[in-house]
Amino acid sequence: MRPIKVLVTKIGLDGHDRGSRVVAAHLRDAGMEVVYTPPWQQIDAVVKLAMEEDVDVIGLSCLATDHLLVPKLMHALRDGGLAHVKVVVGGIVPDEDEVTLLDAGVSRVFHPGTSLDDITETITDLATLALANDEHP
Amino acid sequence: MSNAANDDTAELVQRLMDGQRAALARAITHIESGASLAPRILGAIQSAVGNARVIGFTGAPGVGKSTLINAVIRELRKRNKSVAVAAVDPSSPISGGAILGDRVRMGEHGSDDGVFIRSISSRGHLGGLSATTAQVIDLMDAAGWDVVVIETVGAGQSEVEIAQIADISVVVCAPGLGDDVQAIKAGILEIADVLVVNKADQPLADQTCKQLVAMLELRHADRREVPVLTTVATSGDGVERLVKVIEQQYQENVEATRVRGPVQRFQYLIANAAGRQLQEQLATSSEKAMHDMCARVSRGELSVDSAARSLLEAMLR
Ligand SMILES: Nc1nc2c(ncn2[C@@H]2O[C@H](COP(=O)(O)OP(=O)(O)OP(=O)(O)O)[C@@H](O)[C@H]2O)c(=O)[nH]1
Ligand SMILES: [Mg+2]
Repeated sequence: MRPIKVLVTKIGLDGHDRGSRVVAAHLRDAGMEVVYTPPWQQIDAVVKLAMEEDVDVIGLSCLATDHLLVPKLMHALRDGGLAHVKVVVGGIVPDEDEVTLLDAGVSRVFHPGTSLDDITETITDLATLALANDEHP
Repeated sequence: MSNAANDDTAELVQRLMDGQRAALARAITHIESGASLAPRILGAIQSAVGNARVIGFTGAPGVGKSTLINAVIRELRKRNKSVAVAAVDPSSPISGGAILGDRVRMGEHGSDDGVFIRSISSRGHLGGLSATTAQVIDLMDAAGWDVVVIETVGAGQSEVEIAQIADISVVVCAPGLGDDVQAIKAGILEIADVLVVNKADQPLADQTCKQLVAMLELRHADRREVPVLTTVATSGDGVERLVKVIEQQYQENVEATRVRGPVQRFQYLIANAAGRQLQEQLATSSEKAMHDMCARVSRGELSVDSAARSLLEAMLR
């Protein structure tokens, strides 16, 4: 079976990417193929990238208030025909906003203190379905 | 394979040839992972292969290949060419995982629909990395992209093979890296159609150019001339000239480079794959015939070459 492919990226204005780099390295060490981008990505660029790289999962790191952009991204992904791509969000997300994100189609929100192994395990579970479908074009 | 899977494959190929980028992306995934429907996809696109120009960029880690490709794309977009890039990234030998970072340097084109960028990890590809890359090129070609650009870290045999698949191979190096020049000596120079000294804003660029020109002079006099250019990928200096030279080389070189036509191309790929498989088999063989050959070579009765030839003849009979 092929490795899981993950996009680790940041949308919005916050530029603190230490966290997403640590996660990216950990996923790589767990045997995944990780496409990593610098912060400040545009939503249309994220959709294009996810499509061209045919990733299974998108991991977004959201500090500050960037998570408020996530529903917009979910919408753009669906418009781009990428409804099958799973999205997880890590960072500081207030409880009431978490509900909004999950409603918008986000699979999981990781709060501060989540272990790297927990993140890896969740992403593995989410991607397993996609990999099982590989034999179907 | 079920009929339903056949229909789905046909539909995927149709969407790919219609230029839908999601279909191209998915087809690449199938090729990359050696999915059972990969051969059918490849077969179905062959009639549409052969229109793209394929440019390979090879060089040691960090010399600026991705940044240079970013600048080359900018130049090609000015000329209204659509560009697909396949960036081959080494994967970690330990976990098999990889951080695919080349496209970060090409972020400038992140929202341009005339550019398609795909990272390819060099994980254990069946039939070798070069065969996978060759097939990805075919897919991009069949999907209608005008120019296909390949980035590889110039080190091993598979890079030399990938360079041979490209129409034009650009070998990139950086100033003052003695090791770099050594790496080039080890075969990569032989496949260069154009040599670029990137990071020409740094000291020693001129000296490195002179070294390269001197090394080129040691090659056979009947070989085609290899232009040596300097670029500053980060500022774009020298890149317009590079694109012009690539175009010239292509014009002078149409038949000589990319192995055109499915038959030649596949013969080349099959031969490479066979060579690799054979080497693996022979290197671990405990057959009596192999044992005998080793004994005879060690007694000085036979050369290594003749031993290999008789083993091969016995196998292919
Ligand atoms: N000064 C200077 N720096 C450059 C130039 N071109 C690239 N760089 C820098 O060199 C570093 C490596 O550039 P990349 O484009 O990633 O090099 P690469 O050859 O693709 O690297 P790998 O894919 O890791 O093998 C980056 O920090 C670039 O900004 C240049 O012309 N001048
Ligand atoms: Mg690179």
